[in-house]
Amino acid sequence: MKISRSRTSVFRTSYISTKSYFRAKPVFIASVRHIITLFKKDLLLEVRQQYSFYGILLYIGATIFVLYMAIEEPENNVWNGLFWVIQLFICINAVAKSFLQESKGRMLYFYSVASPADFVLSKLLFNSLLMLVMSLLSLLLFTLFLGNPVQKAGQFIGLVLLGGWSLSLVFTFLAAIAAKAQQNAAIMAVLGFPLIIPQLLLLMKLSNAAFNPVLTIPATTIWLLIALDSMIIMLAVILFPFLWKD
Amino acid sequence: MRKSWWKILTVVLLIYTFTAGLLVKIPNLPLLGQTSRNLFFHVGMWAAMMTLFTVSVVNAIRYLRTFDLKYDIYARQYVTSGIVFGILGYSTGTIWMSYTWADPNNPLFKSFSAVAREPKLIGTAIALLIYFAYLVLRDSINDMDKRARISSVYNIFAYALLFPTIWIVPRLLPSLHPGQEANPALNFKDVSPEMRWVELPAFIAWSLLGVWITTLKIRLNILKERKLSQ
Repeated sequence: MKISRSRTSVFRTSYISTKSYFRAKPVFIASVRHIITLFKKDLLLEVRQQYSFYGILLYIGATIFVLYMAIEEPENNVWNGLFWVIQLFICINAVAKSFLQESKGRMLYFYSVASPADFVLSKLLFNSLLMLVMSLLSLLLFTLFLGNPVQKAGQFIGLVLLGGWSLSLVFTFLAAIAAKAQQNAAIMAVLGFPLIIPQLLLLMKLSNAAFNPVLTIPATTIWLLIALDSMIIMLAVILFPFLWKD
Repeated sequence: MRKSWWKILTVVLLIYTFTAGLLVKIPNLPLLGQTSRNLFFHVGMWAAMMTLFTVSVVNAIRYLRTFDLKYDIYARQYVTSGIVFGILGYSTGTIWMSYTWADPNNPLFKSFSAVAREPKLIGTAIALLIYFAYLVLRDSINDMDKRARISSVYNIFAYALLFPTIWIVPRLLPSLHPGQEANPALNFKDVSPEMRWVELPAFIAWSLLGVWITTLKIRLNILKERKLSQ
């Protein structure tokens, strides 16, 4: 009952914003409005169906606790490697449902009210936010359970946020592909792991610098990561229209 | 004789590669010695692999522009031939490596995990994994149009992320591989001018051979499709 009410309210808001599209507003503003409306809808669903959010939280807690049981006080490079691999798995679990949860009928509805670019951008935005929250939480738990080898805390938190963002972008697009292929999250891992290796390598290299007080984090590598991320966003906007037409 | 000039060129260039590649004067570098001749065969495989993957992506883009299923078959076949050349590149590299880098006191199998960390190997391993994933994805979908569309999208996305890997990551990590400052075998410092005269024709020859093999496979597959649809 609760869910059905949320659906109608969501649909009404997006309908209003579609009408404003025809009132000859600048296209850019209209599409920003669409993105915000779709983003709000995802947020609302997340707030109403909290089980999935808590599910991911539990996943983070349980994995890190298992690691805590398996190894005590890991060395710096082990800590680093484990942290990023756990981030990768959290990302797959957090992002996988974003496209799989949309039923065929609902996709058809979105198809009639929003443009594919708006739709995919709203998903990217929402998953980025989700992953940023999850990355910070997992960092907190990691330092609580497995010790804190980080020397430059501020820089490392920045890196974690950047890394979480990069991961969420790649896996959001792959979730769209997996959902269209009617596959489960397992194929996302197969498709995504080879693609994410370069970014993970860069991130691990950068975080090693954050563990060492002598080394400085090279700015060019960070720019490289940001450039890669913007390229992924552009590719998603260009390629998503081909995916969602059925 | 229509359109057959490039096949003749392939044969001529391959004969040239094999004769000149084994006869050309080679600078006798320490450790490498005469094994440098493998350059014409080992790096040639990578050249052919990258060419085939690039042609595959071009065909994926062409499919998304025209929705002609022919281009999807092209893209698929270029990927499989690219994978074959990739595996050949790996094996020629392994043989070369086992005579130069591998610790002579350790058997090859034991030193493999140390050597496979090599950045250039990581790049190509990623390329192979990506295209295996492409094949898995493509064969998991039954509907023909959907299969073509989704696999083309993944092909383009993966290729766009693969290139940064191959060109950027090797420069960031330490390596034993010759040509540390740039992509190996393409800069003029570590190859003598005589070798360059064999190297470039060899690259062209291997790439053309790959394309030739693939065109035959494409023809076979298009015939099969036609037979199925009748």
